[in-house]
Amino acid sequence: MTYGKMTALMASAAFLGAVALPGAAVQAETLRLLTWGSYAPEEVIQKFEEKYPDIDVEVTFSNNEEMIAKLRATGGAGFDLAQPSHDRIYAAQLEYNIYKPMDLSKIDTSIYEEKLLDGVKANTTIDGEVYSVPHQWGTSGLMADKTKAPDFKGWGDLCDPQYKGRTSMRLKRTILLGTAFAMGEDPFAAYADLDKYQAILDKVVDKLIECKDNVKAYWKGGDDLSALMLSGEIVASETWDSTAFRLYSQNPNIVFVPPATGALAWIDTFTLPRKGEADDAAYKWINFVMQPEIVELMSASSGGTSARKGGRDLLPADKKAAVNAAFTDEDIANLQFFANIPPGVEDMEGKALEKIKAATGG
Amino acid sequence: MSQRDIKRLTLFLLFAPFALWILLLIVLPHIGMGYLALREKIGPRQYEFGFGNFVEFAMEPIYWNTLLRTGSMSLLVTALALIVGFPIAYYIAKIANYRTRGAMFLLCLIPLWVSDLIRAFGWILLLRETGVISSSLQAIGLIDAPVELLYNDVTVVIGLVYTVMLFMIVPLVSTLDGMDNSMIEAGYNLGGSGLTVLRRIIIPYAMPGIVSGCIIVFMLTAGSYLTPILLGGKNSSWFTEMIYEQFITRYNWEAGATFGFLLLAFTSLVVWLGLKLSRQTLAGTVARS
Repeated sequence: MTYGKMTALMASAAFLGAVALPGAAVQAETLRLLTWGSYAPEEVIQKFEEKYPDIDVEVTFSNNEEMIAKLRATGGAGFDLAQPSHDRIYAAQLEYNIYKPMDLSKIDTSIYEEKLLDGVKANTTIDGEVYSVPHQWGTSGLMADKTKAPDFKGWGDLCDPQYKGRTSMRLKRTILLGTAFAMGEDPFAAYADLDKYQAILDKVVDKLIECKDNVKAYWKGGDDLSALMLSGEIVASETWDSTAFRLYSQNPNIVFVPPATGALAWIDTFTLPRKGEADDAAYKWINFVMQPEIVELMSASSGGTSARKGGRDLLPADKKAAVNAAFTDEDIANLQFFANIPPGVEDMEGKALEKIKAATGG
Repeated sequence: MSQRDIKRLTLFLLFAPFALWILLLIVLPHIGMGYLALREKIGPRQYEFGFGNFVEFAMEPIYWNTLLRTGSMSLLVTALALIVGFPIAYYIAKIANYRTRGAMFLLCLIPLWVSDLIRAFGWILLLRETGVISSSLQAIGLIDAPVELLYNDVTVVIGLVYTVMLFMIVPLVSTLDGMDNSMIEAGYNLGGSGLTVLRRIIIPYAMPGIVSGCIIVFMLTAGSYLTPILLGGKNSSWFTEMIYEQFITRYNWEAGATFGFLLLAFTSLVVWLGLKLSRQTLAGTVARS
């Protein structure tokens, strides 16, 4: 069949290309970044390569789960710097041994917001060695169209019948945790006792199955969420704050709503893969992108807030307005940082999500 | 070197890329997957050999329900693709003149030049609540409120039929092409109605094409990922999505590999049953086209 032949041909061409390429760049060192979609804007890479002409930057875009899967497949080879979230270091390292400890003396730690740096260090220390430093942080919470859902306040409101068929959520662990908080539980505290956590999960599953009828569709990425919200097909949704901030600049009625029980905060980190080959270049990149003028470019591209001291002041004007419309200082104090995911929890949560997806009750 | 050795060497060299392809990209990965599937996880970095993953699949209704659902919806898609594709193929092979033929083939082919993802987004733009179809229906006054056509199983079936149509049409055309027109004429001359001729002459003749088209379409549908994910609603799970979830979200490569093997076994079983029921062989259908 010709179709098969074509694919074979294309694949072998790609294979030859891949073999031929590294030879072309013998001189320059390569920094292979494994990071999120908006964490390596072209402008930043250009400036970095101007400053360090002997380093080539190669970027692979990914997400938390895929980063770990990629590194796991090679035992931590193939990349020189990864950026998983702070709760995805500890268990992944224990289970798959894919990262290597950091040499903090090579990083200018004095510029970091201490609370964030200490938090990440505490979360990612194994046998006395630190595996990560923070890069950017942000939150997951809710967004609502003020004109159509003015009273939207907590995770539980996604299941409020007055918004029937007009809400959305992503079927991932965030909504499980948020719903647990809304039901008055503290899932992070229960991580220490997995039987107790399972009991909480069971309650959350029942609640979310019941809620299915209220949900229009589960969103899968920032793009389909934006389309649902901007077209007015839904009036409120679970969201990443950065997506909500982007929408705010297009329609000021759409605001991020920190849930009454506290928005869930994530910190994306810098972490070295175990078999990375360009550690020096990686440290250079870390120090480079934490400079104020680069932080501004980075935040403009990603919508996240830098872990640098005064990171909020370095947000571009439209994002700053969106943040101020969303957060009071009280909301910031109320943030719930994602706790380390202990081994085994991913499996329990995955089962819970499968049950919700397969249920036809709603 | 004798003439025979040279012949052998040529054959070997010509065969080598294909053999390497099969070995490196099909056989070796499957051995790896088989190894993973037979490995049970006991604790962090601790594994044991056994069939636990298969037992777990059997004990969890969610998993096999999804597999059966995927299988039955794929059969539905196959049947619909055959019903829609057969008249088109018949027209291309038997009725259209030489130039129309080329044009019609091109029309079937053009959608394949666009990536799967873009085509799925096309359907989303058409079918969503604020999309083209819903708003045009409102504009001409057929409905007075927006109607949601996306996010349900019907949409998934439509999207899949559209994606696989060409793979049904091509084998059908190539089989029907070889059919002598005089056979159809003879059927009519002997007093057969259109339906009789279709049922007793055309379909039996086209059977190898029908079966091979159905096999290809069924396999493509059951193994598809993008279309069901993007067009499906909150209740539509597809088995490939489950395999992805196991591998990526749950870090459970063992279960993912098991599911992969089960999908392969299940689709193979369905194809085997189909061949038995239609009294065809693999060599006489897929291999022929």
